[in-house]
Amino acid sequence: MAATTPTETVAFIACHECDALLHERVLPPGSIARCTRCGGLVQRARHDSIDRTLAFLFAGLVLFILANVYPFMTFRLEGREQVSNLVSGAIVLWDEGLPELGILVFMTSIGFPALQIFGLLYVLGPLRFEQRPARHFGPVFRMILAIGPWGMLEVYMLGVLVAIVKLSEMATLAPGVAFWSFCGLIVTMTAANASLDPALVWKKLGAAR
Amino acid sequence: MSAAPMTASAAGLMGCHACGMVVRKRHAKPGQSLRCPRCEAPVHARKPDSLQRTTALLFTAAVLYIPANLFPIMTVISFGQGQADTILSGVIHLAHGGMISLALLVFFASVLVPVLKLSGLTFLLLSVHLRWQWRPRDRTLLYRIIESVGRWSMIDIFMISILVALVKLGNVATIETGLGATCFGAVVVITMFASMSFDPRLIWDVMEEEE
Ligand SMILES: [Zn+2]
Ligand SMILES: [Zn+2]
Repeated sequence: MAATTPTETVAFIACHECDALLHERVLPPGSIARCTRCGGLVQRARHDSIDRTLAFLFAGLVLFILANVYPFMTFRLEGREQVSNLVSGAIVLWDEGLPELGILVFMTSIGFPALQIFGLLYVLGPLRFEQRPARHFGPVFRMILAIGPWGMLEVYMLGVLVAIVKLSEMATLAPGVAFWSFCGLIVTMTAANASLDPALVWKKLGAAR
Repeated sequence: MSAAPMTASAAGLMGCHACGMVVRKRHAKPGQSLRCPRCEAPVHARKPDSLQRTTALLFTAAVLYIPANLFPIMTVISFGQGQADTILSGVIHLAHGGMISLALLVFFASVLVPVLKLSGLTFLLLSVHLRWQWRPRDRTLLYRIIESVGRWSMIDIFMISILVALVKLGNVATIETGLGATCFGAVVVITMFASMSFDPRLIWDVMEEEE
């Protein structure tokens, strides 16, 4: 990395959406603060943010492993059976000459969610036990937040739903263990994201400098 | 808007786009970069070349949107007979099969959302270019909506990936993917990048200058 020119920081909040300069407020847990100018979300305070997020992440990790190890769906037609796993779709797309689509499906349904689970555990774990955060935690946490929109578990589930309906006319479909684990994974990851307070994490990371 | 707060930029400050840290504006020394002291992201008052980047990405997505809709996204081959589906014909088939609510869902995700993103971002770009003063709060809200709904267009791509993995029964039934799917996937990804590269603060900068 190129050398960086040092900068001086100030204790304000700048709205991401309209650049209004706002004073940071002390919020009661469970409430949010909106920008007075554009109405954008500027602060949100959560109950036991780090503890709760970690608990959901551990549950999510177990479900994520189950979802990847066990069969996802069994397809029966005229006495023949086809079992597929969570990763199967991405592999078939790759094999059939659509590597871009295969990678896109793999990353949005498995890769990015995995990076999010492991990355958050990696950063929040030490913070929970009040360890002095390592210098690279900042960039790691920044990366985790940046990949957020690219993890598409719940969208994937709707795709599964549409596929099931489309096939139900011609064949029998039996969801496997991975299917139910994946449903659980969506719930736990939604809960983990809802209890995460990035500003709090940044504050803890910043205080260590 | 008489009691409008001062902007960070006008106060000689800039907010880190990644972590929200507010730092004083200054020029980087030659050969050096200006980075956030907390998260090490490059800091700048506004996203660099936001309008040009968003325009270029939007244009690419709009061009790809045509083959994405013209070419089939998949072909179901059953007992030697093939039936090709485009995005729109897939929705129509669902509706004909009596799955109205699901047809509406797919119509929303695969047709309405991409159109809303393409036209909405074009509108926002134009409004900044032409320095409109009109309803900045509502335009910011529109941006927020565009940013959050984009990912839902992936439903069709995921559906195809599940179908190709499940339906592999030789001549009884197979599913092949079409060129339309690749183009559509590209449209979703590129429009997501386009909305990320647009800087909603530009909407407000115009207001600032006129006050
Ligand atoms: Zn604002
Ligand atoms: Zn930063």
